[in-house]
Amino acid sequence: MSLPPSNPDQFDFDRLTVSGASRVYGRRRALSRVSVSLHAGELVGLLGPNGAGKSTFLGLLSTLIAPSAGTVQYGERNAQTGGSALRRQIGFLSHELQLYPELTASENLCFFSRLYGLSDTESRVSVALSRARLDDRSHDLVLGFSRGMRQRLAVERALLHEPRLVLLDEPFTGLDERSCLELRERLFVLKESRRIVVIATHDLDLIEGLVDRTVTLSGGRLIDLADSGDSVRVRYREAIRRAQ
Amino acid sequence: MSEFFRIAWLVMQKDIRVESRSRELVYTTAFFATSCVLVFSIAFVRGGRPIDEAEAGIVWVALAYTGQLALSRTFERELSHDALRGLLLAPVERSSVFVGKLLGIVMLMVVVEVVVVFFVSLFFSGTLFKHVFWFSALMASGTIGFAAVGALFAAMLARTQSRTVLLPVLLYPVTVPILIAGVSGTVALIQPEPNLDLARFWLALTIFFDVVFLTLTLWTFEPLMTE
Repeated sequence: MSLPPSNPDQFDFDRLTVSGASRVYGRRRALSRVSVSLHAGELVGLLGPNGAGKSTFLGLLSTLIAPSAGTVQYGERNAQTGGSALRRQIGFLSHELQLYPELTASENLCFFSRLYGLSDTESRVSVALSRARLDDRSHDLVLGFSRGMRQRLAVERALLHEPRLVLLDEPFTGLDERSCLELRERLFVLKESRRIVVIATHDLDLIEGLVDRTVTLSGGRLIDLADSGDSVRVRYREAIRRAQ
Repeated sequence: MSEFFRIAWLVMQKDIRVESRSRELVYTTAFFATSCVLVFSIAFVRGGRPIDEAEAGIVWVALAYTGQLALSRTFERELSHDALRGLLLAPVERSSVFVGKLLGIVMLMVVVEVVVVFFVSLFFSGTLFKHVFWFSALMASGTIGFAAVGALFAAMLARTQSRTVLLPVLLYPVTVPILIAGVSGTVALIQPEPNLDLARFWLALTIFFDVVFLTLTLWTFEPLMTE
């Protein structure tokens, strides 16, 4: 099943450049002079221990958090000049899922579809529910869903408008083996359709062979993973050990 | 412009649907407001006769406290599943999202006000209905102004840990002019000889505050919502 094409008059970009971005909360520096460039068709793993600044970095990329210093460029625009046209190209799955438990699965997706001004809301929602394997629960309140079901629905919500930039914070949380494999396949499809996909995760085994490269943060700073040919887990442990 | 109101309507519909399922806010605020009226009716009715003009104060106190309850919970609800971020990320004018939230709060407050006015009329002399049109206009304009300022503060404070303490600290000093105008206008209407000119003056003042507060809140919502 294929989705109808997106609105043609929207702003698009194929490169995202973060230059010397810092974010300070009071006296705490959550991100410190981070520079990274992401390209269309790239699947990037965002790694780091708890409190490393991953969520702040995703917030920065999503335009919800403004950098205290430095810039984030989406093609030729930034968050200020991009405005709502830029936000249309961003899909963000946060750890807290951004769903309304008092609404049904179908109502949640319909609400966001209409909020994004998408055409063919009903067919889009139907496709999304089918992908999430929630067709038979579409009229059930999200309140009664398991974490895995909510997670599958939230992934579809984040991808409903076919964004160029896909930001996923712990997308595998609560998913069973089958759902994890389906999500991996979905991410490969997104990569092939030239999306920029950033996955923040602690599950290093699941992203092995999935991501093209990793961006690793420690204490708000960018650190390098050695290109030794070892597994992501081995290289990550070594990099964190060196950083500390 | 139609897109602006489409989004506001969509957000308001969503809030009403969520509330119609949980009924959390409407029950909490209605019970609280009714309790308020009951307590005041015991304190202000002597020998079967209510103290003059007490109704005016009771209605507006109930409006202020129930409004505050509704405001803090409405944005807590958005925050509890990070849904506020979902709204802010949408490719729409953020002020339209604000207006949608505001309309939802106003609708809820109107429902509670109907309950409050009913009980106040029951326990007191029913003078609130002497000039229904002017009284309704005062209540409507007071509610909009109070909810506009309150919704902005509630949204601003949604991510702070001490929001339940900070909201009334910020809200009441700013909305005092509306409450004073509302009470004064209502008093003018429930006199044995109602002073309609004075009531119209206070109504005009609340409308003036509404315009000022709505303009300021629509202007400041977007920058305040960027972390």
